[in-house]
Amino acid sequence: MAKQITISMGKKLEKPLPMDKVVDKSLKRTHTIEVNDAKVWYDDFMAIKGIDMVIKPNTVTAFIGPSGCGKSTFLRLFNRMNDYVDGFKMEGKIKVNGRNIYKDKIHVEDLRKEIGMVFQKPNPFPKSIFENVAYGLKIQGIKDKKLIAERVEKALRQADLWEDVKDKLKKSALALSGGQQQRLCIARTLAVEPSIILMDEPTSALDPISTSKIEELIFELKEKYTIIIVTHNMQQASRISDFTAFFYLGKLIEFDKTKKIFTNPEKQQTENYITGRFG
Amino acid sequence: MNNLKKNKIIDSSFKVFGVLFTLLGVFILIILIYNIIKVGYTRINWDFLSSLPSRKPENAGIYTAIIGTLDLMLLTIVFAIPIGVGAGLYLEEYAHKSRLSRLLEINIANLAGVPSIIYGLLGLGIFVRFFGFGGSILSGALTMSLLILPIIIVATREAIKAVPHSLKEASFALGASKWQTLSKVVLPSSFGGILTGIILSLSRAIGETAPLIVVGAMAYVPFVPHSIFDTFSVLPMQIFTWTTRPQAGFAIAAAGAIIIILIITFVMNGIAVYFRNKWQSKLQ
Repeated sequence: MAKQITISMGKKLEKPLPMDKVVDKSLKRTHTIEVNDAKVWYDDFMAIKGIDMVIKPNTVTAFIGPSGCGKSTFLRLFNRMNDYVDGFKMEGKIKVNGRNIYKDKIHVEDLRKEIGMVFQKPNPFPKSIFENVAYGLKIQGIKDKKLIAERVEKALRQADLWEDVKDKLKKSALALSGGQQQRLCIARTLAVEPSIILMDEPTSALDPISTSKIEELIFELKEKYTIIIVTHNMQQASRISDFTAFFYLGKLIEFDKTKKIFTNPEKQQTENYITGRFG
Repeated sequence: MNNLKKNKIIDSSFKVFGVLFTLLGVFILIILIYNIIKVGYTRINWDFLSSLPSRKPENAGIYTAIIGTLDLMLLTIVFAIPIGVGAGLYLEEYAHKSRLSRLLEINIANLAGVPSIIYGLLGLGIFVRFFGFGGSILSGALTMSLLILPIIIVATREAIKAVPHSLKEASFALGASKWQTLSKVVLPSSFGGILTGIILSLSRAIGETAPLIVVGAMAYVPFVPHSIFDTFSVLPMQIFTWTTRPQAGFAIAAAGAIIIILIITFVMNGIAVYFRNKWQSKLQ
């Protein structure tokens, strides 16, 4: 959905600029996501009913909305994780860096190297900590042991886990605590060096302390990555995101700066949901 | 209050019955093993294991039968495992949920329950006659493979199904292809379950006699098979023949052979249980 952009003088632009055009030029990596009239069906059930959205690089965008509103389905469109669901059908365009990821001849594997994903429940492989982080590199065919070790260390440091695990890299990842496992999953995603990271309720299975650690991490990662996070936690959305999108019954009700959504939403439905009157 | 008392009585009496019936099964097994060992232990020695069969019960050994059993099992493994695991993988991971795949599934489940003699007749028709392999180890192994394929397929599917979906998603999300996900995440995680299924199916195959009689396993093979086209005998076949002989000495020899086959089966089941536990604890 294209939004009216108001410049500082208060004068309205004739034509609304696409959101990616107003990005700070100092940012080198541009990895914009543009969604154009996306519709999704599971067999006969229409899960997404036509959504437009532009997500800017190096921002954190939060998806909120009641369960079953389609926000996870929408998130999973970006790395084509819905492809494995029986009866999945989709229409519309989703462009990542200008390429339509559903139409052009795109290798899903390459797309997913560009767009990483962290899941709701920590899901480390039943392998060692090192092997977990190295997994994404090894499947790319990287054999250079030194390079792999470097990238693993870098990813673990980025995920703020290196100090906890540097002496037990050979130990099973399943021996870590829930919060550590989730940070390992983030490190595993970072090791592949994506530009966009999708997070599907990454803290819903974690205790408050682990949650705040992950949130700090997301804040740091924003410098280098574009992050889209699905969350049921209103406080979390308001704390960490720059933009917030509110979904309801497969539709995008409102998408704006987080501050605006949480202080002065345009739509009554948004306000009702945020203030806890339904959902 | 009255009702509560009644429930308690029903509860405890059910427990007693449960224990009794469990003990009954174990008790019968113990009697069986005790009897066999009592009769057969005199024959358990190196000569018995390393002698060829003979007309004289005192000289008869199970060397050819043991070698035949091992050869047959090895060849069965070679045929059945790649096909069985491959079919299981395909049905679980690749096949679309269509009417055809459902039909296949039901058929495979049913095949697991088909009497083994039917497989023997099938083997006789196809491998012995049509392909002309004769009553050879090859025919026997192919027939045995057919017999245990459904078991391996079902076990493979169950083991693969038990791998959490979240692990597959994690692998895909990192840019892994389907085969990479299967070979690096799914198969290693389900390896214990698949192996358990394979060993259990083999320990069933090792005791099968009926299909091999039909296919043409010999009761009396005075030499060790040199190639897969040679005739052969197996332990249960040997036992079966000896028990039909009138001489008392052969009954003793049969008991000795039974002890050996029991040991082999127990060891195989033990290995299966060991691997299952080991891999289960690794996954948790």
